[in-house]
This record gives sequence, C-alpha cells and structure tokens, in this order.
Amino acid sequence: MKYIDEFRDGDIARKIADRLAQEARPERAYSFMEFCGGHTHAISRYGIADLLPANVRMVHGPGCPVCVLPIGRIDMAIALALEHGAIVCTYGDTLRVPASGGLSLIKAKARGGDIRMVYSAADALEIARQNPAREVVFFAIGFETTTPPTALAVRDAHRAGLANFSVLCCHVLTPAAITHILESPEVRQYGTVPLDGFVGPAHVSIVIGFAPYVQFAIDYQKPVVIAGFEPLDVMQAILMLVRQINEGRAEVENEFSRAVTREGNRNAQALVAEIFERRETFEWRGLGEVASSALKIRPAYAPFDAERRFNLAYRPVADNKACECGAILRGVKKPTDCKIFGTVCTPENPVGSCMVSSEGACAAHYSYGRFRDIPVVVEAA
Amino acid sequence: MKPVKKDYIRPLDFKHGRIDMGHGAGGRSSAQLIEEVFLAAFDNDCLRQGNDGAVFAPPPLPPGARLVMATDGHVVSPLFFPGGDVGCLSVHGTVNDVAMSGATPLYLTASFILEEGFALADLKRIVDSMAQAAREAGVPVITGDTKVVERGKGDGVFISTTGLGVVAPGVDIAGSNARLGDVILLSGTIGEHGVAVLSQRESLEFETTIESDTAALHTLVAAMLQAAPGGVRVLRDPTRGGLATTLNEIARQSRAGMLLDEAAIPVLPQVDAACELLGLDPLYIANEGKLIAVCAPEAAEAVLAAMRDHPLGQAAARIGVVTEDAHHFVQMTTRFGGRRVVDWLSGEQLPRIC
Repeated sequence: MKYIDEFRDGDIARKIADRLAQEARPERAYSFMEFCGGHTHAISRYGIADLLPANVRMVHGPGCPVCVLPIGRIDMAIALALEHGAIVCTYGDTLRVPASGGLSLIKAKARGGDIRMVYSAADALEIARQNPAREVVFFAIGFETTTPPTALAVRDAHRAGLANFSVLCCHVLTPAAITHILESPEVRQYGTVPLDGFVGPAHVSIVIGFAPYVQFAIDYQKPVVIAGFEPLDVMQAILMLVRQINEGRAEVENEFSRAVTREGNRNAQALVAEIFERRETFEWRGLGEVASSALKIRPAYAPFDAERRFNLAYRPVADNKACECGAILRGVKKPTDCKIFGTVCTPENPVGSCMVSSEGACAAHYSYGRFRDIPVVVEAA
Repeated sequence: MKPVKKDYIRPLDFKHGRIDMGHGAGGRSSAQLIEEVFLAAFDNDCLRQGNDGAVFAPPPLPPGARLVMATDGHVVSPLFFPGGDVGCLSVHGTVNDVAMSGATPLYLTASFILEEGFALADLKRIVDSMAQAAREAGVPVITGDTKVVERGKGDGVFISTTGLGVVAPGVDIAGSNARLGDVILLSGTIGEHGVAVLSQRESLEFETTIESDTAALHTLVAAMLQAAPGGVRVLRDPTRGGLATTLNEIARQSRAGMLLDEAAIPVLPQVDAACELLGLDPLYIANEGKLIAVCAPEAAEAVLAAMRDHPLGQAAARIGVVTEDAHHFVQMTTRFGGRRVVDWLSGEQLPRIC
C-alpha cells in the first residue's frame, strides 16, 4: 500500500488541521464546494469534517455520476432489457438507482431482464463478442473520467465490425455543470448558497487538464484547487483555498500535480472527440436541462448508438415530490434538510439518487456521518 | 444347476463420470453414490447403520447443560478457492455457528443438492475435503441426504449442514449480552476469505497470494472460555457482511453502541491492496475463520492472551469498546483522526461468498 498510505497519514493530517486553525480567520466563514463525489466520499469516510475549523464548511457538489442521472435515462436502459431483450451492461452503482414504476435495473433483473454488472466498457465489449446472437448494450454513464474507455470500446467495436454492440451514451461534462451552478439564482442573486471556491475534480482533470477551469476563476472570481481523492489531498486543497481567499486571489491551483497537467491527456481527448459530439441539451437530475452539457455518439458511428439503433425516445420523468436530491445536488440544501432522509429514504430503499452511490451526498452522510448530532458516552475504564 | 452369479456393480468412474438424474432417484445408483462417495469418506458407526436417521445416545449431560443446534447453507462460487472449497467450508461454517454459543460441537448432518452433469471427480474432492475437516474438528457427519436437480437448475453443488453441540452449565453467551464499557476483541486479520473467493471469479480473476482463512474455531472458543470463566459475553463469527455488519448486529441486540479504533483492526497488506483496487472495504468482507468476542473489561486481558496462545488467534487484537448509544451506532475513530459511522452493509457487496 505504499503510495497510498502516505496520503492517509493521520499525523500529517493533524499538522494541516493545525495550520487551517491558525490561518482561517475567525471573523469570517469559508464555504467551499467539492464538486466530485470522490471528494464527498473521502470527506465522510475519513471524518475530515472533524478536522476542519468550525467556520470552514464544505458544500457537496453534483459530481456523482449516478446521482445526476435522471429517471428517464434509467427507464431507457430498463426498456432495452425488458422490451428489446438486450443484454444491458453497466457499472455497479447504476443498478440500484430508482426508476419509474418502482423499478430499478436490479429489480428489472429480478423480473427477467438480462442485466450485468461490469467493471469496464471493455468487459461489455467482451460480452458482445461472446454472445453474437444477442444485442449487447453498454449503459455508459459518468463524467470525463469514464468517457475515454467508452470511446475506446466504440472504436474497437467499429474496427472489429461487431454488429451486436451499442452504447446508451449518458456521459456528461464537468465544466458545463460548474458554470450552471455558478449561474444559478441561489448563488448569483439570492446568495442562499455562499460559495467561496471549489475543490476541483481529480480524475476528470487528469483527462481534461486544468486549463478549462481558468476562465471560471477569472469570470466568477472563485478560486479552484484541483485535488486528488486521498484525504490528505482534500485537506491540503482546503488549506490552499483558505489561503487564496485570505490573500484575495481567485486562481486555479493544482494540488494533484502528481497526475494532472495543464493540458490533460491529449490522446484521450482526441479519441473522445473522434467518437462523440456535444448534445444541444441534456437533462440532469437536480440541475434540469443544461445546454451543451453531455455527449452523444457521432453520426459516423451511428450503428453503435443504442438510441438510434433501438429508436429510443427520451421521456422526462418528475422526481418524487418529497425528494430533495435536486436542491442537494445544487448545494442549496443539506441531506438532513430533506424530510425523508434516513426515514423513508435509506441506502436499502433509496428514493432519490443521492442515497444510492457511496459518492452521493445523502448516502455518504447516512453511512458515515449521521452520528454527529448524537454524543458518544464511553465509560472511563 | 448353474450357480447364482454374485452381484456386480461397476465402480463409479471418478475420472470421467458425471452426476446423472439416476443418482438422485433413490435406486441402485443412489445407493452406490452414497456407498462409494459419502460413506467412504465420512465413515462412522451411525452412517454405517444405513437408516433414514442417525440413532445415537447423547453424551452424559451435566445438570444445567443445554443443547445448541445451528444450520447453514453453502452456495459459494467458485466451489474451489485458494485455501479451501465448499466442502471444508460447510463443516467450518456450521461448527463455528455452534461454537459461537460457547458450545462444544458434537455432530453434523449434511444435505447435498447436486446438479446433473457435475463431475464425480469434483464431488469426491469436495466430500473428501469435508470429511477431513470433520475429522480434524472431531465432529462426525452422522446422517445426510442427496438430491439431484436438472442441469441448469443448480450450480454444481449446494451443501447444507446442521450441527448439534452442548453448552456447559454456567456458560452464557448471546448477542444481547454486551454492556457499557465491555471490550471488543477480534481474533485476527480480516477479509481474507472474501478476497480469496473474489480473486477466482470469472469476471475478475486476479493473481494473489491471499488464501481463505476458513477454519473451525471451537477449540479457540474453548481456550477463551477457560481463560476467563464468565468473562466472555458475546461471541460471533464475522462471515457475510464482515466485521462491520456483525458488530452492528451485536449493537442492535444488546441495545448499545460501539466505538472502534481503525488503527487497531488487523488487515493483511495484500487484502488492503486488493480492496483498494476493487473499491471494497475490508470491514465488510466475509471471514470464515475469525471471531469477535465482547468481554467484561476485567476479563479482556486474560481472554486476549488465551487467543494469542492459540494458533488461530495469534494476531488477535483489542479493537474497541461498547458505548451507550440510543441509536446503536457502531462508530470508529479513523486512522486519519476523524470519526465516522461504520454502518450495516447495504445492498449486496459480493454475492455467493459462502
């Protein structure tokens, strides 16, 4: 576990915590959004909130791939399995996201749908090779991190002339989502969501580089610190954000320099550009329709586009009325502000998508943090 | 007059033979399978009687002694994994369930559901492993049953075992016994069984030196009970759902909370690395040769020393304390210095692990 344990060292964490306590100015509050679910997970799992000064608050962002998937998209995948008889392959977290009619992919599987969990797009391609008589669809979700492997699968399928493989493409784009949040009335007009800066994406930035964030920092005067997903990365990034605020700077800084460069991974970007193009608009759970925020397969690769191949139409479906996932994804509400959090909606029976993935704000708080209101009594031995 | 020819049945072909529907029909071939596979391996007086049930005189029970029964189905996939197979697992699993009441296991029964087409060679290997595990544990399999289902209706073999044991007078072990201030002990490193099985899964297959920890824990239990009579209050083996789920069960049954120290929980570096790679948490991975003991604070040192003296408890550690908590939360001080809930396993992390 060398190269990992050193980013989880409790002694160094305490040193950074001491620094934060010294440098965070008591007369003001600091409010930072961690965009990625990976950061949300790290903050909850390692108990980072306990190490921050009381006036430094983290707001969970929408960067959890399954959380932002609208019900209508899951319905499309379920229809592929149940109505078209296709083998639907997808990542594990996607299986439990609630869809219409009380279904989810895992419940559709129990009803006879051939739905398989895969670890990569390449596994889905392999299933297609092994089942030449069946239609195999990869339900592709995620931000820029998971997009290149999907692009590679499509290119390989094209080169191999694979006739039974296609992709239901639901890949979304990070910069569009960040802009959307910064443009939201809660942030711009009402100030109900105070946002002083961003802990920027880790793995996404490996692919797209940190140049795409430079314009936000300038336009919106918000500092961005790109950070890795290990707990020390997050602590260090928060310290760097506090320093920028204190010094009146709004720049893009790169804490995750061991992996992220300014330009990102050019090969991956070229591959993605070859296979995908931008959708005019795409519905996100929580954010609604966001222009230019997602990808679809280019016409040149149309046979691999499941939406065209099976003539699927997207039908938007409203979220459960009591569910606050939308407001939580925009940072407007906290999980505990939701009436059904921890009662009707739990990881076993998720109502909203934020309760599904361990990267979701609700699931992370439920699984790791919900003790916070309740003091622990340990009898002195 | 011609002499009557002696019955001849061609022996089972353990090289190429396969289970067919006839092996479950109750006729000659069923009898042959029982004779050549099960009886040959498990051989004991009860089985040799050949009756539908085992008739036996129980050992003399002192006044106040009680009997314990436990039953366990085994559906692990794949059937063979590093460090074990479904056969020895089906013995260890049930022996351990009996032992977790503080009991001495006496007898086992076994029920086999075989799938048509299953290789006799594999069956023999599994049954032999089971018989060896039973012999090593000193707990004979005294009756059993075999059924065959059509190809595609099973997955090779499913084994259910039931165990009978006896609890000595004065021993009171139950999940509801944990009290405020009690010490939580763990008998060794966690996660090996789950990771070993996972490493052989078709979709994953990674190379590892990790072996399943599958083992019978009743002698370890006996040593612990002897070291501090009355000091052990709860025993449980953290199988499916792992350490985290088992501790939550105890917390709920005892209507208490728990506070763990992450740094004190032993995990092999290989298991840690495999979990990191697969996005799993060792706290939720199944074990088949580990136990958790909740002890009275004054007994904890003696119990821990007895565990460390036993071959199956060398890496035993004190991992936390029982707290007062109306919500029955299991909490943990992280290695990082923060605090978090260690919740129940939600959903299915790894199907068919035991």
